[in-house]
Amino acid sequence: MTQAQLQETANLPALAEEAGHRNWRDYFTFNTDHKVIGIQYLVTSFVFYCIGGVLADLVRTELRTPDSDFLNPELYNEVFTLHATIMIFLWVIPTGAGFANYLVPLMIGARDMAFPRLNAVAFWMIPPAGLLLIVSLLIGDAPEAGWTSYPPLSLVTGQVGEGIWIMSLLVLGTSSILGALNFLVTILKMRVPSMGVYQMPLFCWSMLATSALQLLATPVLASALILLAFDLLAGTTFFNPTGGGDPVVYQHMFWFYSHPAVYIMILPFFGLISEVIPIHSRKPVFGYTAIAYSSLAISFLGLIVWAHHMFTSGIPGWLRMFFMITTMIIAVPTGIKIFSWLATLWGGKLRLNSALLFAMGFVGTFVIGGISGVMLAAVPFDIHVHDTYFVVAHLHYVLFGGSVLGIFAGYYHWFPKITGRMMNEFWGRVHFALTIVGLNLTFLPMHKLGMEGMNRRIAMYDPKFTFLNEICTIGAYVLAVSTFPFIVNAIWSWMYGPKAGNNPWDALTLEWMTTSPPAIENFDELPVVATGPYDYGMGNRQTVQVPLSDEQEPVLAAGPKSILRADPDPAVAARPEDRH
Amino acid sequence: MQSPTIDPAKTALNYHQAHATDSHHAEHPDLRRFGLIMFLAAEGMIFLGLFGSYLAFRATMPTWPPAGTPELELLLPGVNTVILIASSFVMHNADTAIKKNDVVGMQTWLAFTAAMGGIFLVGQLYEYSHLEFGLTANLFASAFYVMTGFHGLHVFVGVSAIVAVLWRSRVTGHYSSEKHFGVEAAEIYWHFVDVVWIVLFGLLYLL
Repeated sequence: MTQAQLQETANLPALAEEAGHRNWRDYFTFNTDHKVIGIQYLVTSFVFYCIGGVLADLVRTELRTPDSDFLNPELYNEVFTLHATIMIFLWVIPTGAGFANYLVPLMIGARDMAFPRLNAVAFWMIPPAGLLLIVSLLIGDAPEAGWTSYPPLSLVTGQVGEGIWIMSLLVLGTSSILGALNFLVTILKMRVPSMGVYQMPLFCWSMLATSALQLLATPVLASALILLAFDLLAGTTFFNPTGGGDPVVYQHMFWFYSHPAVYIMILPFFGLISEVIPIHSRKPVFGYTAIAYSSLAISFLGLIVWAHHMFTSGIPGWLRMFFMITTMIIAVPTGIKIFSWLATLWGGKLRLNSALLFAMGFVGTFVIGGISGVMLAAVPFDIHVHDTYFVVAHLHYVLFGGSVLGIFAGYYHWFPKITGRMMNEFWGRVHFALTIVGLNLTFLPMHKLGMEGMNRRIAMYDPKFTFLNEICTIGAYVLAVSTFPFIVNAIWSWMYGPKAGNNPWDALTLEWMTTSPPAIENFDELPVVATGPYDYGMGNRQTVQVPLSDEQEPVLAAGPKSILRADPDPAVAARPEDRH
Repeated sequence: MQSPTIDPAKTALNYHQAHATDSHHAEHPDLRRFGLIMFLAAEGMIFLGLFGSYLAFRATMPTWPPAGTPELELLLPGVNTVILIASSFVMHNADTAIKKNDVVGMQTWLAFTAAMGGIFLVGQLYEYSHLEFGLTANLFASAFYVMTGFHGLHVFVGVSAIVAVLWRSRVTGHYSSEKHFGVEAAEIYWHFVDVVWIVLFGLLYLL
């Protein structure tokens, strides 16, 4: 019996009789089922991704030529401001919350989140906040001070647009905080009794780290925005030097949230990748504890690096040194993850399907973004390329090459569970090829542009940059085209794709131990953790034969890796000290 | 090779279905207090952000408060502080009372707490109306009004929560020694508001 069969057999009693198909109306109402909310998050944020993508292509079309001939400069400012705000706050962050909503309760064997109604409230804050931003563009007074909204610039660019931006962000931040609170309580308190923290799938670890950041960092952005709103609307001068205020204080508060936000945008997808890679490599994940702890380390270090965004803002030298060193240290836990994934892939029986392709694309392109991140951490280099396209290249390699590829890996991997049907493999690969080509075509030349001094956020540039900018623009169009195979594939497969069955990937984590789509309330009884989450390829080992510590109650006895075992199996024990 | 034996019939440990209700609260340990504490951690970070910015403004200005700011009167806010701190202890008596199933006792103590909170708010409004500077006078004035106002908003929410608990407690058996999360939640929130004020008072009036 393979490990997957063992896990499935042990979970037969928990298996619901019927798959949980829902009425389409449920997805448009205030529903408290975590799976409905998860899909609501995923679909809503994908819609915003498309809107943000159109804005990105408008920006690239303007930048095809050195002159400001497509959008007028003011509209250009509005468009790139909305592009960044939408992609960050309405696409990547809510998509992480969407995957977590769908997967975390299933992975830990719970019936729902700890606070289902609060969960629905958190989701329903997102559509109105997003609409506010879009409406601001339609009424012709959109925010135009960049997604950073630094005062005093943001105080003079138009009161209505800036006010809308602040309001929208406060609502989105509240939603994010409420979601994070829910995930923390759920992950810490709602696991099935047999699942200790070291039996949790790695996605749960990464959500633990993400939620802690969201809970502690987002409120500081809220206080900055409250003060900014007073400056904007009530005439105070907190951040306005003309009245004795200090704009640098805003930058500190803003980056105290917005640098951790970078990790809020990547950690969930580190978690998704940590699921996808071992399953499709048919190998136990390399360095489970290393990956788990490195998420926590990134989360902690993420809170003490914010001022590396402010090396040119006039902060003291010793502070620059401190933030340069802490920023470089973050490369260590990140590198641990990268090498763990590579070691998991190494020698595995790879199933090169769309999910694994995107996961491997993630590892490759993310490393490029990671390395340019370490370059930017160095103060002298950062001062040289500050506010140039080098920074734009870096952030898009980590956010597009990292987060977005991770999101697509997650889509392809969990689509069978969410819809009960398989996606088309051929068009998945077409999507992958177009995405990789488009992304490198768009963002790779930007490194050179930045090194040569092309400024970001300006509609016009020196004509000597024209050639590389044209390449970037063509890449952006390729990326736009790449989305269509995915959209068509997803819709067509959702309606007519072949049935997936409960566990099409022979996976071991608990979300695959229920029906596809999972029944309402997920499991009929408590699921059993009969194997570790990544015990692939261990089926024929004698060592699996260790007797259960409690024959009467397999639920409590758990698998060979369980901390509840009286006598952990030395061959596969989770903790190194139990191995010999 | 034999596989380990897990008899599906033996997996019927089923604490889920034993006490199933619509809200499913009985299915798992009560997590509401833990959730509330998480929420207050986030709230605390908003205040920490404000305190941090205040200290940063203070550090960047040559003199603090900026020249020309009138001295703050200490007597009224001092009395107000004593009232607010005392109300935390009064509130705790309500919790003790409901744990002994003494609903009338709980209502009495809660009414006292709400009244003390109300006095604090009125005292603060009185202070606002007699201050010689307005919101936009200078950086200190702005920070003073925004921070005390934001805290005052929290006091108002706390008083409203207490009044809501009082309103609900008119139904016999709504709160009992076993079931009184509402009272507990209002109390935790009230202590939080109290602690924030102590820091705020120290920062604005004493430092």
